[in-house]
Amino acid sequence: MVRWLRLGFFALIVRPVLLLILGVNIRNRERLPKQGPAILVANHNSHLDTLALMSMLPLSDLSKLTPVAAVDYFGTGAFGWFAKHIIGILPIDRSGRTQRKNLLDGAIEALDSGKILILFPEGTRGEPERIATYKKGVAHLARARPDVPVTPVFMHGLGKALPRGTYLFVPFTCDVFVGEPWGYGGDIPGFMLQLEARMKELAQRGQFPPWE
Amino acid sequence: MNISTPVLYAISAIFGLLALATILVWWIGRQRPGKASSELMLRVRSWWVMIGVFTIAMVVDRTISTIFLGFISYLALKEYFSLIPTRRIDRLVLLFAYLAVPIQFYWAHIGWYGMFVVFIPLWMFLFLPMVMVLQGQTDGFLRAVGTVSWGLMMTVFTLSHTAMMIAEGNISNGIGAGAGLLLFLVFMAQFNDVAQFTWGKLTGRHAIVPSVSPKKTWEGFIGGVLTTACLAAIVGPYLTIMPWIWSAAAGAMIAVAGFIGDVNMSAVKRDLQVKDSGGLIPGHGGILDRVDSLTYAAPIFLHFFYYFFVGGRI
Repeated sequence: MVRWLRLGFFALIVRPVLLLILGVNIRNRERLPKQGPAILVANHNSHLDTLALMSMLPLSDLSKLTPVAAVDYFGTGAFGWFAKHIIGILPIDRSGRTQRKNLLDGAIEALDSGKILILFPEGTRGEPERIATYKKGVAHLARARPDVPVTPVFMHGLGKALPRGTYLFVPFTCDVFVGEPWGYGGDIPGFMLQLEARMKELAQRGQFPPWE
Repeated sequence: MNISTPVLYAISAIFGLLALATILVWWIGRQRPGKASSELMLRVRSWWVMIGVFTIAMVVDRTISTIFLGFISYLALKEYFSLIPTRRIDRLVLLFAYLAVPIQFYWAHIGWYGMFVVFIPLWMFLFLPMVMVLQGQTDGFLRAVGTVSWGLMMTVFTLSHTAMMIAEGNISNGIGAGAGLLLFLVFMAQFNDVAQFTWGKLTGRHAIVPSVSPKKTWEGFIGGVLTTACLAAIVGPYLTIMPWIWSAAAGAMIAVAGFIGDVNMSAVKRDLQVKDSGGLIPGHGGILDRVDSLTYAAPIFLHFFYYFFVGGRI
């Protein structure tokens, strides 16, 4: 039942709104993972980021798509239920109650069962259309499963359409740049440097009008 | 079905023309394979999709035609707003600008000419700065109000003339009706684009405005206008109530207006330092790249028709 609700939500609401009303302009779509396990890392500007990324992959892959998100943000109410079952997030506990070394257990397990994880290493949506510093969680995850490809994705425009702190949705065409997948190279700082360099390179491929 | 026989035949002829073009491009691709010919192939493929969708939207139902034309206009406005610099504070203003699209196309749909013709140039023109000024940010006010108003005129007001043409044509365009009038305009404008491109490629030497669009030449322009006028003289009396000489004049006017609309949008893209307005249509660029000629041709042709044929001056 919930599975069908999820499918219906994405097929009838998310995709039409994002692909028709908003419009997503993807460069190098062919670099997106065709099967799991895989990790997608993207910059985070808006609630729409997750939905946009999920709309770029075929609907038949929906059951594999697993965005990783903080459990405390979504809470336990209706919003939490919706995030968990309809969006299909994998909750990460930021509160410190879970042991640090066990924090990524759920994510590793998901990768082992062939899921495609979606991660926002900035950790927060932050200031729209500005990149914050990346958190190292994704590097630890890559170290745990070094064979899993990590695909960087840079998105622009969603932060203008629905920035943090507002519910006023204003359409802007969203530009998406998909980079070459890479993997864990042997050390955490090296991985983080790679991540930063790759995201920066993708961001420079676009030409974005100022938004003050 | 709300389509008359002449319109149906004209649509069939367009598909015939497209099939011919497809074979020609395929043959060129075999003779001279390369980047240029595969780009041509991509364009022709997109033409199939565009003409297919346009035909369905025209043939099925009048309300669907209006919604389709309104949606094109919305996409053009969205593309424009995504290209220009905007202020964060103006998000509400932009939302109101978007809301003007369905309202404006509704006036066109019910054929309320008086409201249609003042809604954006007057009411939205006064309303948007009001919303903007009440937000209280004066920094960049003039630039913001200027770019938003201009965009609304260029992508919504001008393009909504296509929907008005259906309403107007249903009353005063005889057997061809609104669909005949609109088909005449869109066919001539798009044919002229291709004709100017082709003449320019084959014989182009002298650029018209090299600083804006170096590939637009006098040879292409004149060849395009003459070819379009000739075709219009044949097609016009069939699709519209205009006699052949008037049809030829209308065809030439659409061709000239189309050229202006084209370079006008080129100047905007140059200013914003982008090559294509978007990536929606493979081989063509964005939606603005495809409808740029109509931004001038649609209003000019409608008012030409309105003045001489509805106004009873002929």
